[in-house]
Amino acid sequence: MSLSHEAADGIAHVSGVDPFWGKLSWGVFPFYEPIVLVTFIVVMLGGLAVVGALTYYRLWGYLWKEWFTSIDHKKIGIMYMVLGLIMLLRGFADALLMRGHQAIAASGGEGYLNAHHYDQIFTAHGVIMIFFVAMPFVTGFMNYVMPLQIGARDVAFPFLNNLSFWLTVSGAILIMLSLFVGEFSTAGWLAYAPFSGLEYSPSVGMDYYLWSLNIAGIGTTLSGINLVVTIVKMRAPGMTWMRMPVFVWTSLCTNILIVVTFPVLTATLALLTADRYLGTHFFTNELGGNPMMYVNLIWIWGHPEVYILILPIFGIFSEIVPTFTGKRLFGYTSMVYATCVIMILSYLVWLHHFFTMGAGANVNAFFGITTMIISIPTGAKVFNWLFTMYKGRIRFETPMLWVMGFMLTFVIGGMTGVLLAVPPADYVLHNSLFLIAHFHNVIIGGVVFGIFAGIIYWWPKAFGFKLEPFWGKVSFWCWLIGFYLAFMPLYVLGLMGVTRRLSQFETTFYSVYFIVALIGALFVAAGIAAFLVQIYVSIRNRDALRDLTGDPWDGRTLEWSTSSPPPYYNFAFTPRVHGLDAFTQMKREGFVRPTEGFVPIHMPRYTATGVVMAGLMTVMGFALIWHIWWLAVVSFAATLIYGIGHTYNYNRDYYVPADEVREIEEQRTRLLAGAAE
Amino acid sequence: MAQTDTEQPNEFFVIEEPHHGDDHEEHHETGTMLGFWIYLMSDCLIFGILFATYGVLGRNYAAGPAPADLFDIQMILVATFALLFSSITYGFAVLRMEMDDLRGTVFWLIVTVLFGAGFLYLELLEFTHLWHIGATPMASAFLSSFFFLVGTHGLHVLGGSIWLIVLLTQLGLHGLTPENRRRVMCLSLFWHFLDLIWIGVFSLVYLTGVLL
Amino acid sequence: MSDHAKGAGGTFKSYVIGFGLSVVLTLIPFWIVLGDVVDNTAWAVAIIFVLGATQMMVHIHYFLHVTLKVEAGWQVMSLGLTLLLLVIVLAGSIWVMFNLEENMMPAHEQIERVRNLP
Repeated sequence: MSLSHEAADGIAHVSGVDPFWGKLSWGVFPFYEPIVLVTFIVVMLGGLAVVGALTYYRLWGYLWKEWFTSIDHKKIGIMYMVLGLIMLLRGFADALLMRGHQAIAASGGEGYLNAHHYDQIFTAHGVIMIFFVAMPFVTGFMNYVMPLQIGARDVAFPFLNNLSFWLTVSGAILIMLSLFVGEFSTAGWLAYAPFSGLEYSPSVGMDYYLWSLNIAGIGTTLSGINLVVTIVKMRAPGMTWMRMPVFVWTSLCTNILIVVTFPVLTATLALLTADRYLGTHFFTNELGGNPMMYVNLIWIWGHPEVYILILPIFGIFSEIVPTFTGKRLFGYTSMVYATCVIMILSYLVWLHHFFTMGAGANVNAFFGITTMIISIPTGAKVFNWLFTMYKGRIRFETPMLWVMGFMLTFVIGGMTGVLLAVPPADYVLHNSLFLIAHFHNVIIGGVVFGIFAGIIYWWPKAFGFKLEPFWGKVSFWCWLIGFYLAFMPLYVLGLMGVTRRLSQFETTFYSVYFIVALIGALFVAAGIAAFLVQIYVSIRNRDALRDLTGDPWDGRTLEWSTSSPPPYYNFAFTPRVHGLDAFTQMKREGFVRPTEGFVPIHMPRYTATGVVMAGLMTVMGFALIWHIWWLAVVSFAATLIYGIGHTYNYNRDYYVPADEVREIEEQRTRLLAGAAE
Repeated sequence: MAQTDTEQPNEFFVIEEPHHGDDHEEHHETGTMLGFWIYLMSDCLIFGILFATYGVLGRNYAAGPAPADLFDIQMILVATFALLFSSITYGFAVLRMEMDDLRGTVFWLIVTVLFGAGFLYLELLEFTHLWHIGATPMASAFLSSFFFLVGTHGLHVLGGSIWLIVLLTQLGLHGLTPENRRRVMCLSLFWHFLDLIWIGVFSLVYLTGVLL
Repeated sequence: MSDHAKGAGGTFKSYVIGFGLSVVLTLIPFWIVLGDVVDNTAWAVAIIFVLGATQMMVHIHYFLHVTLKVEAGWQVMSLGLTLLLLVIVLAGSIWVMFNLEENMMPAHEQIERVRNLP
């Protein structure tokens, strides 16, 4: 009986679908929404301008040859950062829309977003900010900096690195498409079942979510494997475990976490996909399905994920603080152990995201206690940074400002987190704006501040000139003030019981809080604008800001020992490491840069396989979202065949001739001599 | 600072001898094996989630059929042995490879893929049988989680078999080159890993399912 | 060639020993179920699980050749971490979900009991 019901459903489902176009029709373009229409026009004009400029200056060939098909970890790292920045603008536009709308709605107006559109926007904001802003930034840092810090010439699997990046882009493209073709999910950033099932979310929005994250998730897993092997196998001679820079340690733990948690996400989303596409009953309300199992599984991935974001950022701070205080890091060993302990413990706390789902007191108590325990190693880290600064000669350059902002803000966020870890308190605060304030407090105060600190810190390494400090400071103060204005009111609102994800209010009582929050968001907007201005001004004044030494901050780790930007082979001679803070030691003991005896260097060849495969996967994702089955089959088969075909190519690497190395290195010798005069 | 190295404290660079090919192969190769092993560990966690799902939902029959009504344990025993035999024949292929015996390697790999195909055939038989009697993945949460756990394993075996066929053509084209040896070793890990997962499947799903 | 790729720890003898052990460890649980040997179901399940776990160890040792020496111990360490996380995920999920069911559906068992009445 249930079977025939299912079958009938299935047939009705299929018969509504055009065999060639799937669910696509002219009606799917949401241009009846004025906001979407305006955005579309702006994006199209902007896109045309960019495409036109690239064509006019004949840059397509350059981009394709030097960047898109590149398997140089430095270029891939930079491309990750660009992706993160573009998506940050999109994600932040969503945030501004929400803040503006809620300020109006809380003041007695109707606001400019209908409930359905509002739901899409908060979902898109969350998904984009976590998966396509924070993740690309963090992965970008690890890609760019980590191989340089361990004295390697590339990552372990350079082609895989390129493929990982393009798969992430593929996911981002699908999310961006959902803005103009069809709609996005309304189910929140983690798509809780059963709302995300076919019964309650029949539209393509959920399918965009699923395929986008599945494709990007494969990329992230591959990148995780790649970077773990790089750290284990490719460290310079002499770099023992306890001589690795802390950023390398945090990268290692992060990538191990990626390898062991992203499969969980992949499997969970695959089960939800099966529920939606095949009619299975994992997370439905009928025939034995259990929606709470989805919540359980998604948080087994979800909690380690937040540590995947924050651990590398802890690493960035651990590099910046010693550099700008001119001291070695206080408590290096405890830092390493704290990182490892956090890595394991992050797997034992997932239930604190759903204390209220009705498990017994013993279960809640267990996970409440583990959650409180995890704040101990995190606290140890904060003390380590403080003691590093204690009695140091602190130089208040822009990265250091971000560090100070981070320490103050993150500690507040951490403390509200411990508060939420108390199950009875969580029963009151669950799903309220207090929670929203808490996680923005740790993610903005931790991850975002760290990203900006890292960008300013390593920018001179990547491009050979410093970023202009004035606009950097403007950006910092706008962000800091903006953050407190935007989120402190949300703590108060949360304590008053205002729940998250509301688009309408019955009273104007909360008006003033939402207006202050809006002002905060505008300050943050100014901070982002100042950051873009900073980049523009710095590029214009790059000659004045130029650094020829390769070591503008008096750095302590190996990435500063090579030129800025580094040659594509990173190091003409592999460094030999004799202690922690290898470059500081080299400088102290008067190292001499070798200027002869160059040998051929083994390097991988560029390849277009990654771009092509990710492109085909994007088409496959789009076809699956719109139920264009023939196209899905064709593009899947094409991906498979192309991928297998790639394995028949045995000619993947070459030797850079010694003469070419000598030429590049002699050029640097001349520059260094010029700088010394 | 604890940087007192015994040998040459002022030597900050590795002065390399010019070298070609072989030496570097070795370095890269060990990375590949470790990378593939780590991939297997992540794959293991995918199966972990599927096992957990089966563990939680596996008794939600929704008034439909239960394991004892469905499973043919004798056929599963045959399938188990097909996989076990393919494991040992793959082992023989690796041993042949170490003796630089291309023909022997290819022979045992072909035997392996035949056993793999046999296993897949039995699984296909089982699935079509279940489908015909109405025990589809859509019928209950138990069947959903059963089909996904066993089916994912089956898809892995299918993927491994396709890889094996591709590898056979590559062995035919290039012989036992270092790259091809590395691929044989990676697939060896994959193939034995699938047999390992199958132990979990027949213990938890089939044998325990029928007992309870 | 590196030691790992070439040697891989396997010899003809070790493969045959591993295979022999696997055959025994496979046949016993199937025999228990097919022959209805053990009366107590809980015991039967426990035996099947123990034998399954043993066979997994046999495979890890004789077929996958995981030893402390390979990859400077990284293979063993990653396997250990994976096993730890598997235990956390499996035991945790089952504990959490069954605890939830107990607390949220107190009538569940009663309904089952009524349904199973003759």
